[in-house]
Amino acid sequence: MAKFGYDEAVVVIIGSGAGGGTLANELCQKGVKVVVLEAGAVQSPATFVNDEWKSFLQLAWLDNRTTSGNWRVAKDFPNLPTWICKTVGGSTTHWAGASLRLEAHEMKARTTYGNIKGANLQDWPITLKDLEPYYAKAEDKMGVTRTNGIPGLPGNNNFKVMHAGAKKLGYKDVHTGNMAINSVPRHDRGRCMQIGFCFQGCKSGAKWSTLYVELPAAEKTGNIDLRAESHVTRIEHNEAGKVSGVIYFDKDGKEQRQKARVVCVAGNSIETPRLLLLSASNKFPDGLANSSGQVGRNYMRHLTASVYAAFKEPVHMYRGTTMAGIIRDEAGNNTKRGFVGGYEMETLSLGLPFMAAFLNPGGWGADFSWWMEQYANLAGMWIVGEDMPRETNRVTLHKDLKDKWGSAIPNVHFDDHDNDLAMRNHAFAAGENVYKAAGAIKTFRTPPYPSTHNLGTCRMGLDAKTSVCNSFGQTHDISNLFISDGSQFTTGGAENPTLTIVTLAIRQADHITAQMSSKNL
Amino acid sequence: MKIIAIANTTIQLGGCEETEGTVTKQNLPLTRREFLSGSGILFGTIALSSTLAALAPSPAWALELKTLSAAEGTTLMKMGRVLYPHAKLPDAVYALLAKDLDAGASGDAKTATMLKDGIASLNKAANGNFDNATEAAKLAAVKSIEGTPFFNAVRGKCITSLYDNDMAYAAFGYPGASFDKGGYITRGFQDLKWLPEPSKEASPAAYMG
Repeated sequence: MAKFGYDEAVVVIIGSGAGGGTLANELCQKGVKVVVLEAGAVQSPATFVNDEWKSFLQLAWLDNRTTSGNWRVAKDFPNLPTWICKTVGGSTTHWAGASLRLEAHEMKARTTYGNIKGANLQDWPITLKDLEPYYAKAEDKMGVTRTNGIPGLPGNNNFKVMHAGAKKLGYKDVHTGNMAINSVPRHDRGRCMQIGFCFQGCKSGAKWSTLYVELPAAEKTGNIDLRAESHVTRIEHNEAGKVSGVIYFDKDGKEQRQKARVVCVAGNSIETPRLLLLSASNKFPDGLANSSGQVGRNYMRHLTASVYAAFKEPVHMYRGTTMAGIIRDEAGNNTKRGFVGGYEMETLSLGLPFMAAFLNPGGWGADFSWWMEQYANLAGMWIVGEDMPRETNRVTLHKDLKDKWGSAIPNVHFDDHDNDLAMRNHAFAAGENVYKAAGAIKTFRTPPYPSTHNLGTCRMGLDAKTSVCNSFGQTHDISNLFISDGSQFTTGGAENPTLTIVTLAIRQADHITAQMSSKNL
Repeated sequence: MKIIAIANTTIQLGGCEETEGTVTKQNLPLTRREFLSGSGILFGTIALSSTLAALAPSPAWALELKTLSAAEGTTLMKMGRVLYPHAKLPDAVYALLAKDLDAGASGDAKTATMLKDGIASLNKAANGNFDNATEAAKLAAVKSIEGTPFFNAVRGKCITSLYDNDMAYAAFGYPGASFDKGGYITRGFQDLKWLPEPSKEASPAAYMG
C-alpha cells in the first residue's frame, strides 16, 4: 500500500463504501493519487461472523445519534436511525446485493408526479440516458446477475413461496433478481454458496463489496493510501474558499491534518451532511456548500417495511441468498393506487435473534411468542419504495450532545409523508395478498426499522439555490469539494440504491480526472 | 451469546425441599455476607425427554446471581414467561434473563435499585406475590407496569437473553451459522416441495461446477 505524506495535496476520499471505495479505485486506475480515510476497522470474509448480534457489533455504525419526528423508529430505536456500517468497505459489507437501475420517470420525479404538497420534489439534473453507459460499467464491475450474460441466482425456499403467491395473483415480473452476487464464478470470486447471512458480510466473497473488490484493485495501482480507523472531524478551506485539507483522528487517537487537492465526501447520508455542517467557518457560517440551506435536508429512507407470513409447512427462509427474489410489478407509477411512485417486493429473512428484535419492536405477549414459534414456517419480504423528499426531514447537529471527538452528534428528524403512508399501506396489503395466495395461515406487517437506504441529504440539481451539488456531485459553492455517496440523490426512486451510487462514482471519477487534466481542479 | 452457562452442579439434591414449579429451592449454607448482599442461586432441571437436554452438559442447571436474590431472580424468570410465553422453552432459558439482568445490576447501584424496586412493584400489583399468582393475575400485573423503566429494561433484555442462545435456536428450528457447514448449496436451500416450482427463467438451476 502506498504511503502519501500529510503535506501532499492528494485527492482525499472520506469513506470506503459503495461511493468512496468505487471512486477510489476508478481514480487510482487513472493514475490519480488518493488517500481514503475510513472511520471503521478492516475486516475480511475470514473475520465475518455468521452470528447476527456479533456481526452487528463488528460492522454497524453505532455512534450515538438522536431522532425526532413522527416516524416509529424514533420510538423503537431512538438512537439507531439507520442500519449502516462503520468498517472498511462501509455498507457494501452489509448490503444484500440487489442491483436495479433507476427508471427514467423516477429521474424526472417533479415532472412525472407534479407538485405534491409537503414534498420537495425536483427532477434530477441528468436523465437515465446519461447514466446508461455508466450503469453498464457498474453492472459489469459488480457482476450483476441477468446482465452481461450472467445467469440469475437459483431461488431459495423463501423465493419459491413469493413466486407461487405472485404468479397466482397474476404478477408477471417475478424472478430471482438482479443481484451483485456471483451465480457462477467470475472475476476471481466464487459462486454463491447459499449461506444466508448476506447482511453479516459475505464469507465466501461471492457478493460484491468494495472491501475485497475495488480497494484491492486500487491497491495494485500503487495509488491508494487507505487509512482505516481514521475519523474525519472537519474539512478545511483556504481564503479563496477552496477546500485545502481535512482534520481527522487516526487509529491511535492522534489528530492529523491531510492536505488535499480535492475532497470527496462519502460518509453515507447522515455523516456526509454532518461533516459539512461541522466544518462551518467564518466564510461559510452555515457549513460547507450550504448556501442553498439544503445540506442535511430531504432525507429519504425508502419505506423499509416488511411482511412475514406463517404457513402450515416449513419454509426455512434463512437458507440461501437473503434477497434473491423480487416482484417488480408494483414498481411503476400508477396513481390509481392512491399515491405517486412505486415499490419493489424483495425476499427477506432474518435469523431468530434479529426476528425477535425487528418483527415487532416493543411487542410482547402470547401473539408475539406465537410468531417466534412459527419461525421455521415463515416466509418474508421487504418493501422498498420511493418516499417523498421533504425539506423538514433532515439531519442537523445536536445542540448539546457531543461525540468522543468533541463534535456535535447528528439528530435525524423524519415525518412520514401522506404519500409514504399510502404507499406503505398498499404494499403491506399487496405483500399479504401474495402470501395468502400461497396459502399463508397468518400474515404480519412489520413496521419500518432502522434503514440501510439513506439518501438525499446533499442532493444534486441544476439550481445552486435549491440543491447542494451538480450532476457530477461537485458542490455548487466549492468546486473542489464533491459529494460521492447516496446523499447526492435528488429523489429516491424505488430501487435499491447501491448500483446507482456506484454508477455515479464511476461517472464522477471521469469528471474529476478530466477537470484535473484541464487544471480546473 | 451462544454458549449457555449451565454449570455441572455438584449440589446434593437430597437436601432439597421440593416446591411447586420447576425451579427447586435449595437448603444452601449461605454466608451472612452473601445473604446480606442479596446474592442468590437459581436452580432447575431440564426434562431428559426434552430435545434440549442434549445441549446441556447436565440435566440440572445452576446459576449464580451476584446482586439479586434468588427470589428476585425467580420473579424475573416468571415475568419473562409472561412477556414471552413459550411452552417449548425450559426454565433454563428464562434463567438466562435473570442472569443477564443481574449482570447489568452488578456494579451499577442505580440499575440494581431500579430492578429491585420494579420487582417489588410487580409483587404489589399481584397482591403481594407475583410468583404464586394465577396466570391471568400475572398478566394483569405485568400489563399494569407496562412502559415503566423496569418493564422496558426486562422486556428489552428478553430479546437477547431468550432468543439468542442454543436452546432457543433448537426449540424454534434455527440452526445458526452455516458457513462452517458449507452453506446450504447442497443442504436444502430449495427443498420446499409443497408449492409449484418456479420456471427456469425465474429461478435458474444452481451452478454446481
